[in-house]
Amino acid sequence: MGQVVIETKDLSKTYDGFTAVDKLNLHIEEGEIFGFLGPNGAGKTTTILMLLGLTEPSSGTVQVCGYNPDREPLKVKRIVGYLPEKVGFYEDLTARQNMEYTAALNNLPRREAQERISNLLSTVGLSQVSDLEVRKLSRGMKQRLGIADIWVKDPKLVFLDEPTSGIDPEGIEDILNLTANMAKRGMTVVFCSHQLHQVQRICTRVGILAKGHLVAEGQIDGLGRQAIAGGRYRIEAQVGQVHQELIDAIKRMGGVTDVQDSGDSLLISCNKDLRKQISKLIVESDNSLLGMRIEEYSLEAIYKKVLS
Amino acid sequence: MYAIFRKELADHLESKRFAILFILATLAAVFAVLLAVQNIRGAVTSSSEFVFLKIFTISSEPLPFFLFFISIFIPIIGIALGFDAVNSERTSGNLSRLLSQPIYRDSIINGKFLASLAVLSFMVVSVIAIVGGLGLRIIGVPPNSEEVLRLVAFALTSIIYGGFWVALATLFSVSFDRAATSMLVSLALWIFFFLFASMIAEAIANARVPLDQNSSLEMFARNIEIQRMVSRISPCNLYGEAIVALLTPEIASLNPALMMMSVAVAGRMLTPLNFGQSLLLVWPQVVSIVALAAICFAISYIRFIKQEIRAI
Repeated sequence: MGQVVIETKDLSKTYDGFTAVDKLNLHIEEGEIFGFLGPNGAGKTTTILMLLGLTEPSSGTVQVCGYNPDREPLKVKRIVGYLPEKVGFYEDLTARQNMEYTAALNNLPRREAQERISNLLSTVGLSQVSDLEVRKLSRGMKQRLGIADIWVKDPKLVFLDEPTSGIDPEGIEDILNLTANMAKRGMTVVFCSHQLHQVQRICTRVGILAKGHLVAEGQIDGLGRQAIAGGRYRIEAQVGQVHQELIDAIKRMGGVTDVQDSGDSLLISCNKDLRKQISKLIVESDNSLLGMRIEEYSLEAIYKKVLS
Repeated sequence: MYAIFRKELADHLESKRFAILFILATLAAVFAVLLAVQNIRGAVTSSSEFVFLKIFTISSEPLPFFLFFISIFIPIIGIALGFDAVNSERTSGNLSRLLSQPIYRDSIINGKFLASLAVLSFMVVSVIAIVGGLGLRIIGVPPNSEEVLRLVAFALTSIIYGGFWVALATLFSVSFDRAATSMLVSLALWIFFFLFASMIAEAIANARVPLDQNSSLEMFARNIEIQRMVSRISPCNLYGEAIVALLTPEIASLNPALMMMSVAVAGRMLTPLNFGQSLLLVWPQVVSIVALAAICFAISYIRFIKQEIRAI
C-alpha cells in the first residue's frame, strides 16, 4: 500500500497517575479508512489529541505525515482535519460564516475559500441552509457541517471522533457516505466509534482499543480469525445423541476448523457455510438433527470476545 | 491572529451586550453632564482657567459627577467583554475545533484580548467625545490645548484601567469552566475593591491612629495617610486618584492631608499645576494599573497555553 500516514511507537499518556493510553503502536497508511474502536474511556480521543499535537505524550513517539505533532503542531494541523466528538459552532453565525472563519484561520484566499465553501456545502447537502444561523440547524446538519468544515482546508488526513453519535439513522447514512466519499478523494480517514456495524460497513481496517491497549488490529475478516481462533462462520447443530464418531467425522470435512461438544449440541467453526453438508452427515450417521443455527462473525462478536 | 481579532471584534460589535452597555453608558454620561452644566456658572467664577474640564468634574445633586459614572461603567464594560472569552468557547465545543486549525494557541487569547481592548477604547473615546461635544455646545467655551492633553491622558488611563478588568475577567474565564461563575467572581471582586477596600482602609487607619475631639491636626493627617495607603490596594482607588488629578489641575498632591495643611498654611488654594506636573503626580498610579493588567493577562496567557485539552 501507500505511504505511511500515522506511525506511533509505544505511545503512552498518563493523567495524574491514570494511564489513558498505554504503549500504543499504530500504523496507518495512505487512503485507508481506519476504524478506531473501543468502549468509552478506552483512550481513543486521547490518542487523537496526541496525534494532533494538542496533548503532549508522556512517552513514546508519534509521526503524522512525517511530522512530529508535538514539535511541529502547525505543520500537522495544516494538513489534518479533526472533527471533535462534541463539535460546536458559533451559533449566532450562519453555516457559511462559520466555514469562512475556518478558511480565514487556514489563510485561504477569500475568493478561493468562497468557491470551495459553496462546493462543500452542496457536497454535504447543506446548500439550502447555508445562510441560516447555526442555532437553527438540526444535530445531523451540524454534524455534516462539521465534516464540511474540516474539508475546507483540504486535509490529507481526517479524524472523525464519534461522528454518528446521537444522530438519526438517515443522518448516519449520510455521514457514512460522506466518509467514504472523503476516502475516495484520497483522504486517509480515522473513524472513531463504538457503533460496530457502521465501522464494519465502511472501514478497510480496524483497531480495537481497550484500557489504552490496542487489543486487536487488522482487516475485519482476519480479525475474526485472530480473535476467535476459528472460521468465519459458527454453526450450532442440535443433535439427538452426541458421540465422538460424529465429531470426528465432521472434523474431517473440508473447511471445518474446530468442533466442540456442548452437551446436546455441537459447535462447529468453519470457513464456509457448510450447513447442507453437515446436516447430511448427521442424518446419514443415523442421528437425528433437531435444529441448526448459523452465525457469521461480526465485528460485534470480535469486539465482545476481545474485550472480555 | 488577525482573523481571530477581526472575528472577535465583529462579534462584540454585533452583540446585544455591547449595544446595551453602550447605550447605558452614553445615557448616564449625558445625564451627568447635563446636570453638571447647570452648576457650571457657580464653579467658573471661583476659578477661571480650566472651564472645559469642569464639564467632567463638577458634582451636581442628585446625580454624582461624570467621573464617578465612568469609574463604575469601565469595570462593568471590561468584565462584560472578558468574562466568557475562553470558557464559552469551551462549553460551545468551538475550542477544540479552533485549536485543530493551524494557528498558534496564544493567538487565540491575544486576538480576543486585543479585540476587547479595541471595543473598550472605542466606547471610552466615544463617550468622552459625546460628552465633550455636548458640553461644548452648551457652554460654548472650547477646550485649550492643555485641556485636550489632559482629556487624552484621561482617556488613555481609562482604557488601561478597563484593560485591567478585561484581563482579570479573561483570567477567570480561563480558570472557571462556567461563564456564570467567572462573571460572578469578577463582579464580586469589583464590588470588594469598589466598596469594601475603602472601608477596610478606614478601619485599619482608625485602629492604628484612633481619633477623638482632642486629636491634633497631625493625628488627622496620619490617619488619612494610612487610609490612603491601604486603600491603594484597590485598583478602583488608584484609578479614581489618577483621573481626579488629571482632570483637576488644582490638585497639587494626592495626599489630602498634605493638601489640607498647605491650604491651611497658605490660606488659599494653590495655583494649578501644569500638565507635566499632573502627569508626574499620577504616574505611580498609572504604572500600578498597567502592572496589574499585565500580571492578570500574563497569568491567563500562561494558564491558557499550559491548559491541557483533555478527552472527557
